[in-house]
Amino acid sequence: MNDKFETHEHDVLIIGAGGAGLRAAIEALGHGASVGIVCKSLLGKAHTVMAEGGIAAAMANVDAADDWRTHFGDTMRGGKFLNNWRMAQIHAQEAPDRVRELEQWGALFDRTDDGRILQRAFGGHSFKRLCHVGDRTGLEMIRTLQDRGVQMGIDVYMECTITRLLSDAGRISGAFGYWRENGRFVVFKAKSIVLATGGIGKAWPITSNSWEYTGDGMALAYEAGAELMDMEFVQFHPTGMVWPPGVQGLLVTEAVRGEGGILRNKNGERFMERYDPKRMELSTRDVVARAIYTEVKEGRGTEHGGAFLDISHKPAEYVKRKLPSMYHQFLELADVDITKGPMEVGPTCHYMMGGVRVEAETAASTLPGLFAAGEVAAGLHGANRLGGNSLSDLLVFGRRAGVAAAEYAKKQSVASVDSAQIDAAEREALAPFERSTNENPYMLHADLQQTMQSLVGIFRIEQDLQSALGKIAALKERAQRLSISGSRMFNPGWHLCADLKSMLTVSEAVTLCALARKESRGAHSRLDFPKFDPIWGKQNNIISRRGGEMSLQQRPTPEMPQELQKLVDGEKGAGA
Amino acid sequence: MPNVTLRIFRGDRESGKTADYEIPLTPGMVVLDALHYVQKYQAADLAVRWNCKAGKCGSCSAEVNGRPRLTCKTRMDSLPQDKPITILPMKSFPVIKDLVTDVSWNYKVNKKIPAFQPRPGTDWKMWQKDVDRVQEFRKCIECFLCQNVCHVLRDHDKHEEFGGPRFFVRIAGLEMHPLDGVSRTALLKKELGLGLCNITKCCTEVCPEEIHITNNAIIPLKERVVDEFYDPVLRLVRKIRGA
Repeated sequence: MNDKFETHEHDVLIIGAGGAGLRAAIEALGHGASVGIVCKSLLGKAHTVMAEGGIAAAMANVDAADDWRTHFGDTMRGGKFLNNWRMAQIHAQEAPDRVRELEQWGALFDRTDDGRILQRAFGGHSFKRLCHVGDRTGLEMIRTLQDRGVQMGIDVYMECTITRLLSDAGRISGAFGYWRENGRFVVFKAKSIVLATGGIGKAWPITSNSWEYTGDGMALAYEAGAELMDMEFVQFHPTGMVWPPGVQGLLVTEAVRGEGGILRNKNGERFMERYDPKRMELSTRDVVARAIYTEVKEGRGTEHGGAFLDISHKPAEYVKRKLPSMYHQFLELADVDITKGPMEVGPTCHYMMGGVRVEAETAASTLPGLFAAGEVAAGLHGANRLGGNSLSDLLVFGRRAGVAAAEYAKKQSVASVDSAQIDAAEREALAPFERSTNENPYMLHADLQQTMQSLVGIFRIEQDLQSALGKIAALKERAQRLSISGSRMFNPGWHLCADLKSMLTVSEAVTLCALARKESRGAHSRLDFPKFDPIWGKQNNIISRRGGEMSLQQRPTPEMPQELQKLVDGEKGAGA
Repeated sequence: MPNVTLRIFRGDRESGKTADYEIPLTPGMVVLDALHYVQKYQAADLAVRWNCKAGKCGSCSAEVNGRPRLTCKTRMDSLPQDKPITILPMKSFPVIKDLVTDVSWNYKVNKKIPAFQPRPGTDWKMWQKDVDRVQEFRKCIECFLCQNVCHVLRDHDKHEEFGGPRFFVRIAGLEMHPLDGVSRTALLKKELGLGLCNITKCCTEVCPEEIHITNNAIIPLKERVVDEFYDPVLRLVRKIRGA
């Protein structure tokens, strides 16, 4: 045992305190486990707070014909059938209960005329399905969960970054990290760990994600020996702000289109007619993002390189009531009154469909004792996520991960933590202070972002991806020379050094998978392979660590049972 | 566009002073963009909290030219540019480093507040007009600017006996929840010192979410406390009705 550092011990340690982490914590605690939850920011600031549109759940409050089967079918179609069918089934079946549970914990949703939870339309959903609170659904959700968790007695470790998972004889034994505030190291001993760290948006310069989304959970899992899956599927949300420069990438909720917003190019053409005449603005995100990108590329973009999104034909009071934060965001940051004129929008890196490979029922990764839920996990969304399916994902699989991690912990004794692993983690973390190489983490970050934006973006092609791999290898070399000045007290430059390691690992995985998948499917568009390939449609890309190197292989997707196949028949490979 | 000077507090709990940084303005730039510029090119270790950069998470609070603001929503072009723009940490909380303060006290206060508990036998029907009234309070993004300007905390340092506007807003959101069945009036009176607030409305003025903290949350809560503790008739009636 290493007693050099502050040590905390829990049955279940949860890394990440957004919707999935908090929901897992509540459930694990309810199953009698002692639970600690670690987050990089203050509690309540995780990206869930930014979620705007709503929680997808087939409650059938507005459209009586909706049920889980339709939601399942929509999710599979949206994901171009690469989804783990069992995850999609569980998700569709359990989401309504998870929403009702939130309400019973005090969340206040917008209401129907007969007093039930109101649901709105969203891209790719056959029915009005998104339970919402104006355009601040995520805030309502995270407050409800955090207050419940705190009342139940979870221990919260705020502003703490985990840099390494510890393992013992092939299973999880804990985690090592540092307090952002003072730079001191801390060791967590745990029988099981739930990763709920979100995505990797910060590897791209134009992103809706905050500084926290650096792929930590995926990199930690990979380093510890777990498998990652389908890393090529990075969702570019069609509507981010494009002007002014400081807000480029900030999310413009899909609810604008859900509430009737119309997309036009600079010539005033409603261009979605050419890309998806049936669903128009409410087509899936991959389709709309490519459409806007193409309009701009072919010279029909707006002054600042985007498309116009207009909701001003709706009554001003309605817009302010249903989209209050969009109204304020544009008024205050871009001098645009969206009740009077159009917004300028363009694609922004938003969400990672790929991630840690997990079992559908338990959210267990391939490493015993390690679980993953929410954006950090792969499988549910396949090749493209539908809007609204993320918040429901957090609730459904956060809960399942909490149950499974608590049950796993019950069967285990405390594993020992290996002081050699801790010493190595300490040396690695301190190295940037000991170098005088002048390799600045901010510059390295900017170079990585530029690489990913220009070579691993919305449209991909063999030579770009090859070139990206070379550049990432060079960036990894430079990362070995990162140096930082100042003290360990709240030092963002130093923090970025740790985050960069994760971003580089995940960026490499994304690029490798993108290079391998020689077809276009969902969010992955290859200019050199523009069509679906039925063989690739039945294969997942699997990333694992072998002999210290990143290795990629393909594995067949699980076979969908007949009764579910029937629900989606006639749609296969149709590019719906 | 011209260059401007930022005068930023650099230091920690023990000591510190302001330092000047000159940065180029860009169109639409906000103070947080300017701070990021300083981090990237001039001081990699400048401590700043931020997350969403869209006024939704409440992380980037600071005092800009003496006014408590979210730096992500404060446009540089709204500030005079012929003299340095001063950026200091929130005054009511201990400094950790530079613009980052220790706000952990808020999380301790929050723990004292009993969570929502539904009235027994509810059918979970609620009406939009009832929900609207409460949703105002639930817009709070916990930027703690209201706590920072409240003179009970800022000038009189009564952190031990006073909860502060943020938590009065939170309690209002629970108390006025159409289906909540718990009373928090005793907590408000005894532990959170609601009586110490003399409704100067400083909190309302700085709220980036434009919550009418004083009028819609604090005053109605004060009325509830008065009804509960100082009006024997009403108290009796309520007891009989079981409400």
